[in-house]
Amino acid sequence: MPERSDTSHGFGRVLVAIYAVFAVAASARSIVQLITEVESDTVVPYVLSAFAGVVYVVATYALARNHRRLALVTIGIELVGVIAVGLLSLVDTELFPDQTVWSDFGRGYVFIPLVLPFVGLWWLRRTSRPPE
Amino acid sequence: MNDPVAYGIAILAVLVAVFAGWHTLRRREFGNPLFYAVCVLEIVLLALLVGGSIALGRTSRDVDGVLFISYLVTMVVIPPAAVVWGIAEKSRWGTGVVVVAMLTIAALSVRLLGIWKGAYA
Repeated sequence: MPERSDTSHGFGRVLVAIYAVFAVAASARSIVQLITEVESDTVVPYVLSAFAGVVYVVATYALARNHRRLALVTIGIELVGVIAVGLLSLVDTELFPDQTVWSDFGRGYVFIPLVLPFVGLWWLRRTSRPPE
Repeated sequence: MNDPVAYGIAILAVLVAVFAGWHTLRRREFGNPLFYAVCVLEIVLLALLVGGSIALGRTSRDVDGVLFISYLVTMVVIPPAAVVWGIAEKSRWGTGVVVVAMLTIAALSVRLLGIWKGAYA
């Protein structure tokens, strides 16, 4: 049990570690794509990759520093993002000629991007109560 | 760089992840055996960095060199970071960080093979 109700301790440390991995993975992929692959007609997945990268970076920071409201907002965006992009990438494959972390509900990352926001929200809720 | 190397490293990383996960479940402290296990993996990853760099220089394959090297370097950096961060956490979840790190190594190793084969080009 964590000694304090803090989003960065106990299980939160594992969560921050996972978010950090995705922050690096999503933003690194985005930077590589932006440098090497952007053409004017395929801009959607690259802008989205960059956006996803920023969301993960901010969420990691928020969880690590116990900024609850910021964490709630970014994890909420992440949840909406993965579901919206997941649906869009199935419906309109031409919109996403290249992969993003959120394409096909994060299938390229064994669906962790889909599960992670739920775990994040659960953790925020759980740590909002005083420690037992 | 070939299948046995990539999958061998992935399997080794998963084994260390299982060992670390056992620590997490049993609320074991971060002990020497786990530390040595991570060290063994780190040595293998350093060898992979050297070997992979040499192989990249010699190969006639069309490998994305920057991406390939960035993966190799990332894989070398992850275990020490996980150990430092895991030890800093006094609860059972300290070793949980190592589990995450080791599974990340396994995933990166498989992806590295894909980059070598030009699967993501």
